[in-house]
Amino acid sequence: MQSLGIDVLFKGTNMLRLLQGLWVSVAISLISVAFSIVLGFIVGVLMTSENKIIKAILRVYLEIVRIMPQMVLLFIVYFGTTRVFGWNLSAEVSAIIVFIFWGTAEMGDLVRGSLKSIPVIQYESAKALGLNNFQVYFHIIVPQTIRRLIPLSINLITRMVKTTSLVMMIGIVEVLKVAQQIIEANRKASPNAAFGVFLVVFILYFLICWPVSRLAKILEKRWA
Amino acid sequence: MSELLKVEHLHKEFDKNVVIKDMDLTVKKGEVVVIIGPSGCGKSTFLRCLNGLEEIQGGSITVDGSLVEPKKKDIIKIRQKVGMVFQSYELFPHKTVLDNIILAPMKVQKRNKAEVTKEALELLEKVGLSEKKNFYPRQLSGGQKQRVAIVRALCMHPEVLLFDEVTAALDPEMVHEVLETMIELAKSGSTMLIVTHEMAFARAIADRIVFLDQGEIVEETDKVKEFFDHPQTERAQKFLKTFTFDE
Amino acid sequence: MDIKVLIDYLPLYKEALLLTLKIGWLGILAALVIGIAGAAILHFKIPVLKQIFGVYIEIFRNTPLLVQLFFIYFALPKIGIKISAEMCGVLGLGLLGGAYMIETFRSGLESIAKIQTESALSLGMTKGQVLVHIILPQALSISVPGILANLIFLLKETSVFSTISLMDLMFTAKDLIGMYAKTIECLFMLVVFYLIMLLPVSIIGSIIERRVRYAEFGD
Repeated sequence: MQSLGIDVLFKGTNMLRLLQGLWVSVAISLISVAFSIVLGFIVGVLMTSENKIIKAILRVYLEIVRIMPQMVLLFIVYFGTTRVFGWNLSAEVSAIIVFIFWGTAEMGDLVRGSLKSIPVIQYESAKALGLNNFQVYFHIIVPQTIRRLIPLSINLITRMVKTTSLVMMIGIVEVLKVAQQIIEANRKASPNAAFGVFLVVFILYFLICWPVSRLAKILEKRWA
Repeated sequence: MSELLKVEHLHKEFDKNVVIKDMDLTVKKGEVVVIIGPSGCGKSTFLRCLNGLEEIQGGSITVDGSLVEPKKKDIIKIRQKVGMVFQSYELFPHKTVLDNIILAPMKVQKRNKAEVTKEALELLEKVGLSEKKNFYPRQLSGGQKQRVAIVRALCMHPEVLLFDEVTAALDPEMVHEVLETMIELAKSGSTMLIVTHEMAFARAIADRIVFLDQGEIVEETDKVKEFFDHPQTERAQKFLKTFTFDE
Repeated sequence: MDIKVLIDYLPLYKEALLLTLKIGWLGILAALVIGIAGAAILHFKIPVLKQIFGVYIEIFRNTPLLVQLFFIYFALPKIGIKISAEMCGVLGLGLLGGAYMIETFRSGLESIAKIQTESALSLGMTKGQVLVHIILPQALSISVPGILANLIFLLKETSVFSTISLMDLMFTAKDLIGMYAKTIECLFMLVVFYLIMLLPVSIIGSIIERRVRYAEFGD
């Protein structure tokens, strides 16, 4: 029986390179999630505003994010901006911009949902006690929404990590790209390397996402 | 009068928690039996056993001569003889009032749609809801929903009707319309088993009172007025006292 | 922007859209079938199958579609399982979507209170009748918003098909940018064609959602 190509990963620094590639994806995700959470809070609160113009703008924004594939957004930012504005954004910066744009909308929607889920009577009873608008949010509403939001934001991390696999399409050398390079380099010596290497990539992604989504599920159950 | 429902040495427990112990009860055709007792005394569970919604751990329940056994195929036939009305109405939210009523007669008893619809409309007319026939449950008040639920059970022509605290979830002003409907039913000779917290109603409708406490029958009598005025046992006295306010 | 270029590219994009739609909807069909079957298996706790589906859901929900496709398309042939690119797209989308649809259907099933079943049983219905007349209609309509969200998600995910050399919208755009450097025109067409594909689903979706909400939820 021929080897299934996993051995390729134990040659030289191959495994290390693969893990470094994975780190690129994870780092892009973490940076994007951090920004998305902060910006998402602002957008989420704005979404509950009664102002018609703000509402309309945010609706268009959400709808764009909802129906445009992230890959299309990546192409627009990476290839489009160079053409139109002459900016020379690196692939990494383009990716982070797109993921923040996307993540902020997702997070904003989650924040809006949790804010809406707090019954009106909670606002009213807080106001009846004489709290002002800011105090109502700061002491009463936000603490109640945070609990609900934590598991949902953790879930956003896994979705972010999964989506970062797309960045290879704009030339970022992340785990899939490294995997392709390794397979290519060992084409002669180990023709079956594709199986072993892609299997390992598959498992690596699972090992990152699964514990995180388990955690989110456990927290969701505990805080439901 | 013939025995319609016979319960002998009924024993029911949830995970070693005994809810009903060694209970006997017989209901004759046309009788209205009201079961009262403090919360958690097992009265709702008792009703649920009667149409096989709960497994029992001992004793036997017989309806119209056949044994109630939840796991047997026969249970379908028995349930058609035992109508049940729930505290939370449990109309089917995706069906109109009329469809709620005719679904089981058509699907279970394979009756003709025109015939069932005609009967359903007559029954709705009786409870004053015929103009609501095409409404969805969410468009009705609690009292209206509960009357539809009663009609739904009636349309199956059950031998006996079980009422499980049917007014407990209702606003006070709607309690009356539902109780009125039930009193009409009693007058027309229906056999009924009623679990309720409405003492004045119990007194008005009951042929027999069963006082249940901690899973057993403490007092059972067909002298209804006497029971409410002078209960024999201390436990019943104590229970009835909770409904009055002393100065 | 050069209008003439747009017109020149139109047939290529149209071709790509049709391919994307074909694979996309076949994949979604597969996902729905897997979703209903899996939800039933998990809901009724059918032994062995229940565990298998549990593992399947965790694996496919916790890895990117791109990696799943690479594995199916590039790795499986090495152990003798050869699948055409189109089939691979359908399979990948179906398996990914199935994992999400199961959860959607299942939460629909679980949201129906047990006492609804009991009230139907007390009318003498068999378990099968309860399922068909009472539980499924309610569960399905409760699941509609979730199903629609999944539809849009899956149609968007088709954008990764280009990586296994399926000539979809993404592939066409990238190819044309590479060949003729008409970046703006190509990206514009790309956006327009994704809008053509997804906007109707999104609009029809929100109409259906409103109608279902209206018909179902009261109290």
